[in-house]
Amino acid sequence: MIRLDNLTKVFDTPKGAVTAADHINMEVPAGEICILLGPSGCGKTTTLKMINRIIRPTSGKVFINDEDTTDLNTQELRRNIGYVIQQIGLFPNMTIEENITVVPKLLGWDKAKYRERARELMDMIALDPDAFLKRYPNELSGGQQQRIGVARALAADPPVMLMDEPFGAIDPINRAVIQDEFLKMQQALKKTIMFVSHDIDEAIKMGDRVAIFRAGRLEQYATPDDLLAAPKDEFVESFLGEDRALKRLNLVKVRDVVSDEIGTVSPGDTLETALARIDDFGYQNAILVVNDRRQPVGLITRAQARTTKGYCRDHFQNVPATVSLDDDLRKVASLMFSNDITWLPCVDEAGRVCGQITQRAMTHHLGSRFRPKEEAPATAASATKE
Amino acid sequence: MPIRSLKGALRIALLIAIFLLGVWSQSSGVIDDFIFYLPDVQFLAVQHLWLTLISGSLAILVAIPLGVVLSRPSMARFAESAMQVLNVGTTIPTLAVLALSMSFLGIGTVPAVFGLFVATLLPITRNTYAGLKGVNPALMEAAAGIGMSPAQRLLRVELPNALYVIFAGIRTALTINVGTVPLAFLIGAGGLGELIFTGIDLYDPVMMLSGAIPTALLAIVVDAIVATTAFLVVPRGVNPSRA
Ligand SMILES: Nc1ncnc2c1ncn2[C@@H]1O[C@H](COP(=O)(O)OP(=O)(O)OP(=O)(O)O)[C@@H](O)[C@H]1O
Ligand SMILES: [Mg+2]
Repeated sequence: MIRLDNLTKVFDTPKGAVTAADHINMEVPAGEICILLGPSGCGKTTTLKMINRIIRPTSGKVFINDEDTTDLNTQELRRNIGYVIQQIGLFPNMTIEENITVVPKLLGWDKAKYRERARELMDMIALDPDAFLKRYPNELSGGQQQRIGVARALAADPPVMLMDEPFGAIDPINRAVIQDEFLKMQQALKKTIMFVSHDIDEAIKMGDRVAIFRAGRLEQYATPDDLLAAPKDEFVESFLGEDRALKRLNLVKVRDVVSDEIGTVSPGDTLETALARIDDFGYQNAILVVNDRRQPVGLITRAQARTTKGYCRDHFQNVPATVSLDDDLRKVASLMFSNDITWLPCVDEAGRVCGQITQRAMTHHLGSRFRPKEEAPATAASATKE
Repeated sequence: MPIRSLKGALRIALLIAIFLLGVWSQSSGVIDDFIFYLPDVQFLAVQHLWLTLISGSLAILVAIPLGVVLSRPSMARFAESAMQVLNVGTTIPTLAVLALSMSFLGIGTVPAVFGLFVATLLPITRNTYAGLKGVNPALMEAAAGIGMSPAQRLLRVELPNALYVIFAGIRTALTINVGTVPLAFLIGAGGLGELIFTGIDLYDPVMMLSGAIPTALLAIVVDAIVATTAFLVVPRGVNPSRA
C-alpha cells in the first residue's frame, strides 16, 4: 500500500517558485495499479519521484505499508521499490544480463540464483535470453530497451513498483501485447504499482484506479469506470475525450449487462409456434432456434414465420454471431454494428445459450452510470480525501 | 580492379624507395654513424622512459582522484573555478613550467619529474572531470533509483561510462609527456634530449636525429600502448572504437 499525505513539491527556479505537486493526498491499496494521468508538466513524474526520494518533498509524507518513509534509509527503501525511469536509463557499460541483475547483486544474491532470474525475466518480457543477455543496450531497439528497463525493475521482486511511462517508446501493436503480458504478470505477482502515463486508453486498460493531475493538483482519483461515468469537472471531462462513453465499453463485460431471459424455439416446433413466441416475448425481428443441448442453431425471422408454414428446422437462417460472458461491450457493439442487429445471444463456456444482450440494455447500463449525480460525488470524495 | 593495381604499384614503388634509401645510407656511411650512437641511445632511451613512467604514473594517480573529487555534487561550487585555474595552467608552455620548477627545486631528476608531472596532470584531470560530468543524468538517476550508494554509483556507473574520455586524456597527456621529456635535459635530467640538444649545438645532424627519431618512436609506441589498453579495458557498450 502506498499513501501520500499532503505531499508537496515547490521547485525554486530563477523565474520564481514552481509548485510541481500541491498537497497530493491519495492511497493505492496493496496489489493495485494506480495510473497517474495528465497533460505534460502537470507533476506526474515529480509525484512519482518523491515516493523513492529521488526528489525530496517540500512537505508532506509518503507511507508505504503504513510506515512513514521519511526517516528510512534511502538506499534500503529504494532497493525495495522497482523503478522504471522515463528515459529508460539502462547502463550502457553493462550487458543486458548485468543490467537486469544489478539489484539482485546489490542485495547479495548468489550467482546461480540471479543468472537464473535473468533468464526468467527475459522470458517474461518475451525476449530470447540466448540472443539478448550478452548484448549491450546500444545494440537493442528503443522498445526492447524499455522492456529491459521493466525487467530490471522487477528483478528483485520488489513489492512496490514505480513506472514512468514504461511503454512510451513501443509501437502501438507491441505496446498492446506488452500491456497484456504485464497485466497477466500482475495478476500473479500482485504488486502495488504507480504508473505514469499520458495515454488515456492505456490508463483505462491498465489502471485499477486513475489519478488525473492538472498543474500540480490531483483533480480526480477514481476507478476508470467511475472516472468515465462521472468526471468531476470540465477539465477531466475534456481530458477524457468526447468519446468517453465509448471508452467505457472496454470496461464493461457482457456478464454485467446480460439478461438471462431469452425466448427460444426448438427445431421441432412449427413456425406458428415461433410466431406466437415472437409475439409473446415482444421481439421485433426474430427468435433463436436452439437444439436440445441449448446450443444455437439458427434464427426464425418474423416475416418468415408469418408467411410460411412448416417446421423451424426447415426454415432457419444462420445466427450472425454470439458473444460469451467475458467479452467486453466494445466487441459486442462492434458485432452489432457490423451485422446490423440490435441484440446478440450469449453463450457459456460449453456453447449453450444463457441469455441475450440488447442494444437497449447496453445503453441503459452505460446511461444509468452517467446520470446519477448522487453517486458521482461519493466516489470522488472517497478517493480524494481532501 | 584498377584501384587495387594502382595501390599495388604504389606499394612496390615505396618498397623500392626504401631499398634505395638503405643502399644510399649504407654506401654513404650514415648507418655506421648512427650505430656509433647506439649505446648512448639505449641508455638515454631507458632514462627517457623512466622519466615518463614516473611523472606519468604520478600524474595519473593524482589526476583521476582529483577529477573525481571535483566532479562530486558537493564540490560544484569550487569545481568550475578550479577547472578554470587548470585550464589556464595548460596554456603555460612546458618549458616555462620546467624553468619554474627548477627555480624551486634546483637541477636534476626531481625538478624534471615535477615539471613533467604538472604538465601531464592537467589534461588528465580535465578529461576525468569532463568525462564524469558528461555521464547522462538519466543513468545517475536510474542508479540512485535502484538503490546504489554514492560509491557504487561512482564505481559501477560513472567511472565506466567516463572511462573512454579519461583514457583519451591519458593518451594525450602521455604522448605530450614523452615529447616533452627532451626538455628535461635542459635542467639536467638526461633523456634523449641530450642527443638532440647536443647535436644541435655541435651542428651534428646524425647525433640530433639519433635522439629525435627514438623520441618520436617512443611517443608512437606509448600512444599505441595506451590506445590498446583503452580498447581492452573500456566496456564494449561504451567504447566507440569497438562499436
Ligand atoms: N528540477 C526541476 N527544477 C525546476 N522545475 C522543475 C524540475 N523538475 C520539474 N519541474 C517542473 O515541475 C513541473 C512538473 O514536472 P514533471 O516532470 O513532474 O511533469 P510530468 O507531469 O512528468 O510531465 P511529462 O508528461 O512531460 O513527463 C513542470 O512544470 C516542470 O517544469
Ligand atoms: Mg514525466
